Amino acid sequence: MAGGAGGGETIMVAQDPHGHGAHAAPTGFIRKYVFSLDHKVIGLQYYFLALTAVFVGMFLSLLMRIHMIWPTAVLPLVGEIKPETYLQILTMHGTIMVFFVLTTAPQGGFGNYFLPIQIGAPDMAFPVLNMLSFWTTFVAFVVLVAAFFVTGGAPLHGWTGYAPLSALQSAGPGEQLGADLWITSIALFCVASLMGALNFITTTLDLRAKGMTLMRMPLTVWAWLITAILGLLAFGVLLSAGILLLLDRNLGTSFYVPLVVVNGQVMGHKGGSPLLWQHLFWFFGHPEVYIAILPGMGVASQLLSTFARKPIFGYRAMVYAIMGIGILGFMVWGHHMFMSGMSPYSAFAFSVMTMAIGVPSAIKTFNWLGTLLHARIRFQTPMLFAIGFVSLFVSGGLSGPFLAQPVLDIPLHDTAFVVAHFHLIMGVAAIFGIFGATYYWFPKMFGRMMNEGWGRIHFFFTLIGTYCVFMPMHYLGMAGQPRRYSQFTELNYLHPLIPLNTFITYAAFVTITAQFIFLFNLFWSMFKGEKASDNPWQATTLEWTTATPPPHDNFGGQTPVVYHGPYEYSVPGAPKDYVMQTDPAGVTAH
Amino acid sequence: MVTLSPTGTLQDLKTGLGGGSTRPPAPGGGDGGRGDGNGNGPDYSGRLRRTRLGLVVGLSSVTMIFVALTSALVVRRGLPTFDERTGTYVRDWLTMSLPVGMLLVNTLLLLVSSVSVELARRQIARRTLLAQVESIPGVTLGPERPIPWLGITVILGLGFLVGQWLAWQELAARGFYLATSPSSSFFYLLTATHAVHLTGGLLVMLYAVAISLMRKPLPVQRIVIDITAWYWHFMALLWIYIFALLWFMR
Repeated sequence: MAGGAGGGETIMVAQDPHGHGAHAAPTGFIRKYVFSLDHKVIGLQYYFLALTAVFVGMFLSLLMRIHMIWPTAVLPLVGEIKPETYLQILTMHGTIMVFFVLTTAPQGGFGNYFLPIQIGAPDMAFPVLNMLSFWTTFVAFVVLVAAFFVTGGAPLHGWTGYAPLSALQSAGPGEQLGADLWITSIALFCVASLMGALNFITTTLDLRAKGMTLMRMPLTVWAWLITAILGLLAFGVLLSAGILLLLDRNLGTSFYVPLVVVNGQVMGHKGGSPLLWQHLFWFFGHPEVYIAILPGMGVASQLLSTFARKPIFGYRAMVYAIMGIGILGFMVWGHHMFMSGMSPYSAFAFSVMTMAIGVPSAIKTFNWLGTLLHARIRFQTPMLFAIGFVSLFVSGGLSGPFLAQPVLDIPLHDTAFVVAHFHLIMGVAAIFGIFGATYYWFPKMFGRMMNEGWGRIHFFFTLIGTYCVFMPMHYLGMAGQPRRYSQFTELNYLHPLIPLNTFITYAAFVTITAQFIFLFNLFWSMFKGEKASDNPWQATTLEWTTATPPPHDNFGGQTPVVYHGPYEYSVPGAPKDYVMQTDPAGVTAH
Repeated sequence: MVTLSPTGTLQDLKTGLGGGSTRPPAPGGGDGGRGDGNGNGPDYSGRLRRTRLGLVVGLSSVTMIFVALTSALVVRRGLPTFDERTGTYVRDWLTMSLPVGMLLVNTLLLLVSSVSVELARRQIARRTLLAQVESIPGVTLGPERPIPWLGITVILGLGFLVGQWLAWQELAARGFYLATSPSSSFFYLLTATHAVHLTGGLLVMLYAVAISLMRKPLPVQRIVIDITAWYWHFMALLWIYIFALLWFMR
């Protein structure tokens, strides 16, 4: 039996090894670690791709922060940062972080690794498609980074790629080949994400183990499922938008470009609308925000329940709240465009819908707090990050309703206030979800524990550091500091803000340094960490019933049978303070 | 293996949270598509169901691609553009004279191919069933010369693509190129996007022909042909939608 040490009594039924179009365990190095069909290997590939990407993106953010307070500094490796260089760095930072970190790690990484195990499946529904999905993402990343090295360098149109800046080759340095590479990379990423989403949805709907009803799925699985549905419906739209942009740039069409004069020269376009790009982009862009954060919400729910040793407060409400956020996420894209020119009636509708997202978000927040209430909390590193997630989600979320109102958005739009808002809620909160998931699942993935002491130090530096970086930015924004400006030391009205900006840069430096503690801990623990048992956190879900690390088919030729919901902690009368999902005890039907 | 007998100490394990804690395994949870679990060979019906489900999910994202293009068309069509000579706003959407004859021929080709691929789908389903009957000792079936419906579909599909190419030529001969007017831009864009998707379907059909030549198990062939057929029907419907859109919005 593949049941784990802390697994309780576990019932397994024999599993047909050929059942899901399954593949035998590979033997050669290439098939095992490079072009692997195993969802666990693919998950790790995604994770390490995201890890690479996040350090590139973080390095770029450091360059920006240094340039903001020492605009004339000549830096090693990059040299002098001109205004256009700054915009190129900004564009690449945003693109890398949003696509190749926040979308890749929580969904592609952890989703791939743990969704099949948590529902009791031997692999994803379409393993070959899964492999293709990863390698397409990989190529997309290579194409994106290549934009740095071509003539003219990386594009400078920001991660949102607003036309006409993105649609005209002559609009600036980096808008020639660099921008084409950028669009190609995004298009490839869309295709990869669509393949991934298809796989996630089919797997969740069709490959659940016996007894794993929808309402017994861990909230992580729910989050990955809804995220996949969002991706399925959103990435196709971005793909279409990107194709139109490529046509405008290279074949002279006028979808997005109106009659426009660049450097005294009339361009050949006429009649297009930059707003059309914004509508298509944000129809993708807003769901993308939830694609980044929903898996983090799932992980936070899982971790809070496990380490508070209590069932999650209001499981069903949590499920419906995820769905509600997903549905509303498709109806609010216009709130990114209040300042772009929009009928006040539309703006009002978008504003109301946006505020409505506060309802499911509040349900989730209060349920997380309810889970913590009267609990004997185990403050281990994964739990610290889960609590940190809730804290950041609240801090970043509260500025949402401000920006959701057109009348407040007018002064706040395109200021540091917006930068603060989305970094807290979409950036750092999602990253905390990734950190929590890493510390939590590391023992299952690598068979060893991560170092607890270094984990705590990493947590406190990161939490305090990110608050020091992003909280003051709200104030900067209200004081009128614009975003995307490479230099403002020459602007008189912003002079009083220079000390605060300097403080933020120092805080960023400390926070970034702390990430090397994490990096060291990750790799050190892989080889030297304390050996982990099969269920070190005494958790209930299916991944903790199997061996560590899980065998190729996840459950060693067996398939689990599920009897309980995912969060049966501290059940009155139970011999232990947790009941595994596969534990048949307490079943009254026999 | 642990026997399925509860110890009796935990008769009623009700927390009320975490989703129905005391129910026995419910059939609704799915069995992972692994069939009866008695090791009766590969579970092809589960695989077929799963692949069909995957197709439906995939087609919803294809739909979103065309929804996005449609909304772009509607928005772009209604936009005025500034005319520098008169100093006023004018519409720059030139009404095209579509190569209707060619397009109707193409539509017919595609509809016929949809019928032939459906016949291919039913043929392989029947052959798969008959193969099971034939595997019973003593049972033989008469010789059969199956009509190569799949090959016919591939030829019809190629015919459609060639026809679309000719329609493009005709349109270009009338002076409408990709960048001439937004109307022609959308014509080329929509037809090309559809053609790319159709080409994908053709490639899978060629793959199906290849695995039939390689004598892969019939149920495997069946799955490939089955989902290709449904995909192909969707492509035919999509084409009719695109044709109607281009006609009414010309």
